[in-house]
Amino acid sequence: MISTLGHFVLFLALGLSLYAAAGAVFGARTRREDWRASSRNAVLAQFCLVTLAIFLLEYALITSDFSLRYVANNSTRGSLVRYKIAGLWGSLEGSILLWAWLQSLFSALVVARYGDRHEAVMPYVQAVLQGIAAFFLLVMTFAVNPFTPLVPVPPDGRGLNPLLEVTDMLVHPLLLYLGYVGFSVPFAFAMAALITGRLTDEWLKYTRRWTVIAWLFLTGGIFYGGWWSYRTLGWGGYWAWDPVENASFMPWLTGTAFIHSVMIQERKRMLKVWNLALITLTFALVIFGTFLTRSGILASVHAFADGPVGALFLGFLALVLLFSLGLIAYRADRLKGHGELDSIVSRESAFLLNNVVLIGICFTVFLGTIFPLLTEAIRGTKISVGTPYFNRVSVPLGMALLLLMGIGPLIAWGRASWNNLRRNFVKPILVAAAGTAVVFALGVRQAEALLAFCCSFFVVGTIALEFFQSTRARARATGERLPVAFAALLLKSRRRYGGLIVHLGVVIAIIGIAVSSVYKVEREVTLKPQERLEIGPYTIQFHDLRAGEQPTHVLVWANLSVSKGDRPLADLRPGQRFYPNQQSPFASVDARYHWTEDLYTILSTFERDGSSATIKAMINPMMAWIWIGGVVILLGVLVAVLPERRLAMLSVRVKAQAT
Amino acid sequence: MLAALAGLVYSGVKESMVYFYTPTEVREKTDAVRGKALRVGGMVVEGSVRWDPQQVLLTFALTDGQSNVPVRHRGTAPDLFKEGAGAVVEGTWAPEGYLRSSNIMAKHSEEYKAPTQAETLEGKKALFKSLLPGEKR
Repeated sequence: MISTLGHFVLFLALGLSLYAAAGAVFGARTRREDWRASSRNAVLAQFCLVTLAIFLLEYALITSDFSLRYVANNSTRGSLVRYKIAGLWGSLEGSILLWAWLQSLFSALVVARYGDRHEAVMPYVQAVLQGIAAFFLLVMTFAVNPFTPLVPVPPDGRGLNPLLEVTDMLVHPLLLYLGYVGFSVPFAFAMAALITGRLTDEWLKYTRRWTVIAWLFLTGGIFYGGWWSYRTLGWGGYWAWDPVENASFMPWLTGTAFIHSVMIQERKRMLKVWNLALITLTFALVIFGTFLTRSGILASVHAFADGPVGALFLGFLALVLLFSLGLIAYRADRLKGHGELDSIVSRESAFLLNNVVLIGICFTVFLGTIFPLLTEAIRGTKISVGTPYFNRVSVPLGMALLLLMGIGPLIAWGRASWNNLRRNFVKPILVAAAGTAVVFALGVRQAEALLAFCCSFFVVGTIALEFFQSTRARARATGERLPVAFAALLLKSRRRYGGLIVHLGVVIAIIGIAVSSVYKVEREVTLKPQERLEIGPYTIQFHDLRAGEQPTHVLVWANLSVSKGDRPLADLRPGQRFYPNQQSPFASVDARYHWTEDLYTILSTFERDGSSATIKAMINPMMAWIWIGGVVILLGVLVAVLPERRLAMLSVRVKAQAT
Repeated sequence: MLAALAGLVYSGVKESMVYFYTPTEVREKTDAVRGKALRVGGMVVEGSVRWDPQQVLLTFALTDGQSNVPVRHRGTAPDLFKEGAGAVVEGTWAPEGYLRSSNIMAKHSEEYKAPTQAETLEGKKALFKSLLPGEKR
C-alpha cells in the first residue's frame, strides 16, 4: 500500500518537475504570464509532493513497517525514534530522496523569493533547478526506489550500522547535503544568465548570500565530520584523505575560489568566464563526488552500493558539463572581460593567485583520488597514492594560501604603492617574526610547524592591524568609545569583517592541524591490572576490566586513571561495544579533552578473563583548536550574511547599552 | 607556476606510490616488490590469526584463493577485521618473506549481511560473563 502510494507520488513529482521546467521556458519564450504562473505553482506543488514522499518513508521508518525493503534494511524495532528518523539518510535510496527533497525545497524557496520578479531570468533559473530535481526523481523512479516492497515481511529489520547510531548522524549528513544542494542555486543563476545572455553582475548579486550559506553548510559538514570521526571512530584522527572525504573537499575548494573570484568581477569586471566556469565546476564536482561514492568504483572505508546509480550519475555529470560548457562557448563573444591586471602587486592579483592555489589543491586532490583508475587504464595495475602524497602536495599549497590570506584583504586594488605596502605589512611581518621566535624559544623546531606558525602569525597580524586601525579611525571620527566603534564597524561592513573573522577561524584551525599532526605521540601497550603506562607527562594506570549491559549492546571497558606527576587528573573508560549480529566490536573511545592537548585512549583488545588489556594512548596537542577554528568560521559567516534588519536592531541595543 | 605544481605532484606521486597487488602477484613478483610500498588485498585465512599481546604483534595470512601471503602487523587490528573477511593491508615486503604491515583496512558495508543465525544480546553477554557485575569472581 505505502509502497504503491510512495512510488506513485514520486512519479507524479517527476512529472511536475518536468512540467515546471518546460512550462517556465515555454512561458518565457512566448512571453505568456499565465504559463509562467502555472509553472511556478507546479514548483510549489512538486515540493509538496516530495515532502509527502519524505513523510511516507519516515512514517514507515518510525512505525517499523518492514514491508518496505528500505525500512527493513535501515531500521529495527528496538532503535530510538531519532535513529529511525535518521534511517532516511542511512543508505542510498533514502539519501537520494532526501537530496531530491532539499533540491525541491531550495527550488521552492528561490521561486517564492524571486519568482514574480526578474521575469527575464527567473524562468530559466527555475528550469535548471527543476531539471536537477527531476534527475534525482528519475533515479528513484527507475533505478533505486526507496519504496520497493519486501515479501515476505520480516519480523524485524537489520537496523542502521551501529557506527551510525549516534547523535552526530542527525547533523553531519544533513549539513553536507545542504551544502551540496545549496551550490545548485548559484549554478542555476549562472546558467540562466548564459541562456538569456544577461551577463552583467546581476546573477552574482542575487546569489552572493546563497553561495556563502551553501559554503557555510559544506564547511560545517566537513568540520563536523572530522569532529565526529575523531571522537567516536577510535583511530585518533579526523581526516584520512578517503575518496568520500575528498569528494566533499573538492567542491569546497572550488566553492571557496568562487566566493573570492566574484569579488574581482564585481569590482573590476574581470574574470567573467572564470566565474561561470568555477560555479559549473563546483556543481559538477558535487555530482562527481556522488558518482565516486555511489558507484563503488574506488575502494573506500565509507559505505558503498553497487548498481546502475553510478552510470546514471556519470551520465548526468556529462550532461551538466556539456550543457554548461557549451553555453559558455556559445556566449564567448559577450563574455570578454573589461579590465586587465594593472599590476602584479595588487589585490586582484592576490585574489587571482588564491584562485590558482585553490584550484591547484583541488586538482592534486582530484588526481590523487582517481590515481588508481588512471594507472589501471594506462598500465593495467591499480596504483594508489595514500596520505603521504596528499600531505606532501597540500602542505606547501596550504602555506601559500595562508600567506595570501594575509596579503589579499589588505593590499590595495589596482596597483599597490610602496606606502600602502609599508603601512599594511611591516607590522604583521614583525608580528610574524616575533611570534615565530617565541614558539622557537618554546621548543618548536620542526620546519613545517615553524612555517605554519610564521604564516599564521602574519595573517593574525594583518587581521588585528586592520581591525585596530579601522576602529581607531572610526572612534576618532565619531567620538565613540573603542568597543562601540568596533561593533559599529562590524555592522557597517559586515561582508569585509565577517570575511576577516572567517580567515581568523581558518588560521586557528590550521595551527591546530599543523601542531596536532606534527607533535602527535602514540603508544600501545598490553597491561595487567594495576600496571602503568607512561606517555609524555602522563601516567595511566589500568585498574580492571568490566562489562555492562546497555539497551542495544554489551559494553566492555577498562577503568583507567590518569595522573600528571603526583596530581590525579581524570578517570577514563575506553571500551568496546559488542552488538548482537555483529562479529566485530566497535570502539568506544574516551579522552580528556583540553584546549592545550587531548589525552586520547582506546581499548584495542583484551583478554576475556580480565587478565590483561591492550591500551592505545595518544597525546594530540592543540586538537581543540581545529574545532574552535570551525566555530570562529561559523561566527564570521553569520556576521557576513545575517539580514540587515536583525543587525540594525542589535546595533540599536548595543548603542543603548553603551550610553 | 604550473611547472611548480607539476613538480610538486610528480614528487608527491613518486614518493608515495603504493602498488596494489593480489597475494598471487606478490608471490610471482617477489623480486619486483622487495622494499616497495605495497597494498595487498585478500581474505584473512581462517585460523591464521595469532595475537601476541606482550609484543603487541598481530600475525595472519591473506589469501586470494590461490596463494597466501604472511602478514605481520605491529598493533591491533581495526574494528571490522576478522578471519574469513576481506582486508587490505598496506606495508612493505620484508626480505625475510612477509608483508610488514603499516596499516590494515577492513572492509565494511552500510547494509550488513543477514546473519546466518540470529544472535541475541544474551549471547553477547555470555561471552563476557566473568567481567559482568554480580557474576564476577
